[in-house]
Amino acid sequence: MNSDKLLHKVLYIDLTNKKFWVKNRKDLFDKYIGGTGVAIQLLKEECPVGADVFGPENPIIMAVGPLTGVYPLASKTVAMFKSPLTGNLGESHVGGRSAIAIRMAGYGALVIRGKSDIPVYLSIHDKKVIFKEATTIWGMKSSITAGRIMRENEKGQGVRSIMRIGRGGEKLVKYAAVTAETYRHFGRLGLGAVFGSKMLKGIVIAGENTVKLSDPKGFKKLYNKLYEAAVDTSLMKKYHDLGTPVNVMVLDKIGALPVKNLTERNLKGIEKISGEYLAENYLARRIACAHCPVGCIHLAAIREVSEHEDYFHKTTLIGYDFELIFSLGSMLGITDPEAMLKLIEEVEVECVDAMSVGVVMAWATEMFEKKLISEKETLGLKPVWGNSATYMEMLTKIVLQENDFYSALAQGVDYASSIYGGSEFAMSFGKNEMPGYNTGPATYLGFLLGARHSHLDNAGYSIDQTEMLTKDLAPEDVVDKIIKEESLRQILSSILICFFARGIYTIDVVSEALKTIGIDFKDDELLKLGREILSEKYKFKAAEGHSIKDLRVPERIYEAKDPTGKITSEFIKRGFDYASDKLEEK
Amino acid sequence: MKLSIIDAARCVGCQSCMFACVRRDNVAGIASSCIFIKSRGGISTGFRVITCHACENPPCARVCPTNALELRKGGGVKLIPEKCIGCGHCKEACIIGAVRWNPEQNKPSICIHCGYCVKYCPHGVLEMKK
Repeated sequence: MNSDKLLHKVLYIDLTNKKFWVKNRKDLFDKYIGGTGVAIQLLKEECPVGADVFGPENPIIMAVGPLTGVYPLASKTVAMFKSPLTGNLGESHVGGRSAIAIRMAGYGALVIRGKSDIPVYLSIHDKKVIFKEATTIWGMKSSITAGRIMRENEKGQGVRSIMRIGRGGEKLVKYAAVTAETYRHFGRLGLGAVFGSKMLKGIVIAGENTVKLSDPKGFKKLYNKLYEAAVDTSLMKKYHDLGTPVNVMVLDKIGALPVKNLTERNLKGIEKISGEYLAENYLARRIACAHCPVGCIHLAAIREVSEHEDYFHKTTLIGYDFELIFSLGSMLGITDPEAMLKLIEEVEVECVDAMSVGVVMAWATEMFEKKLISEKETLGLKPVWGNSATYMEMLTKIVLQENDFYSALAQGVDYASSIYGGSEFAMSFGKNEMPGYNTGPATYLGFLLGARHSHLDNAGYSIDQTEMLTKDLAPEDVVDKIIKEESLRQILSSILICFFARGIYTIDVVSEALKTIGIDFKDDELLKLGREILSEKYKFKAAEGHSIKDLRVPERIYEAKDPTGKITSEFIKRGFDYASDKLEEK
Repeated sequence: MKLSIIDAARCVGCQSCMFACVRRDNVAGIASSCIFIKSRGGISTGFRVITCHACENPPCARVCPTNALELRKGGGVKLIPEKCIGCGHCKEACIIGAVRWNPEQNKPSICIHCGYCVKYCPHGVLEMKK
């Protein structure tokens, strides 16, 4: 079997006692490959049932996979933890340089335990972990500056990853993010707050290694095939040219882009925040994750002129993606591209999940519009669709939790609506704020049933767009498709390829790739394992009290029109009943 | 022929060239890459593409105490691994940082200008030149 000694090494770090050690976990990697498959097992080992999400007992697991650093487009790291936002499974994925850095530092996974007594960041080089003082960068307004300071103090340029939190994480905003490098994030489900609760400001990890192969000739041949598929086909072209923002106009055209908290289906001026417009007017640079030739990360440049001084300009580079344009653009009714980009920048500075905070602010706007809250709650702010200046101020108030209302907003829209009302239009699913797809019933069943309540769990939106629009699928059929896709994706996130490359990494390619590094799985064994990993996640969720039948469904999805016109409570309920039989152990 | 940079501003930082360089030796990873990509100072500022310039009078060879670096026809050097004692003087002598260190073998990684990396640059940054 797999003799990849680097991958089998799990680095354990104890923040309480400032200790570290390495354990060979060949047992886990042999059985579960890597990534998600291994991470859920480590999470179950480390995280006691009922753990306090902000207690020392909530671990942080990060894992990479056997293909990381070996094949192209295998550049993702998976993190697992108990989510502060949902109270059950926390799982988030990041690209950038993180995966290559962890793998080349000689580890398959990291397990971070305990809680530091002072702010620290971890410096991981040359098989050692140094617990570095982070007192002076704790509380700093900009997470970008904090990242720069870590960068300047550390070696490993070019082969390192720098992950860090901002004030969002320090202040325990339940959807705080961890930024890797700049522009890439463990965005969803609040890993940043878990870092914050541990007084862990960040992690710098670097290394250089080689991975031996059992079939070098086969490896090179397959590498060439995958590389060519990545750079030569239209499959990848769309991610490089316009990037994910290509979706803005695609979804607008079919009326599936959420606008103003789903009170409307189209937004006047939407083209000004489209992928096309941003690329033509603001695109400054594209960058890539390590070992991915595609380069899908798009940076916009905005040049602001000083009001006070002639010829004084500030130029800022801001990363933009579809989900940010949805949550900080259309969802808030913002169509001024520069205003939207500045808001994106501010979210990057505070380091909170862009999707969650956008949805939270959209809910607050509708609450204010409906006079369910007043300036007493908002501390004088008057949120109005499209007014980005107010949203900039609101963001700071949320992060700093300036009163009870903003504290509630910092805990997510599910919690806030349980206190202030308006749950029928509080757009979260499984307590995770929605992503930008109002495509039909499959997308919502996908959010609700996905183990991490992410659109990327099972791509329900794709079922809507390719099938529900033209056919009548029964809820049971939709659930079967969702579970099948999510099971397959467990394998992709165990070998840890980017989901954008899913069309290239078909299951036969996956088994062939694994074979060249000495890991033998037949295609059907992989599919079976994917299903098993999904069950393992569901077991973790169930132990933490998660139950499909208790999921809150905001009534708004039944009232808001969608392209299929097929979202009914009956459809969702039948989907739940069937999914409960399939996914939950009785 | 020697490896040359057409336009470093086109580099997206994917490091496919580095992985290609290592793959030539039938292994995966980045520990022995002779070409190196790093940001100019954070990834928003773009990338530096560091390659051997194939100097005609290479400082790396001049400082080698064991003559492990032999002059290559057309510029640059060849490493004779048996002669190398891993002192690292060559690395210090190359002020552009093109002599990389392979920590696994404790020897320099010396570019032989084979052009393998050029084939794996997706954005036209590299070329082979006379």
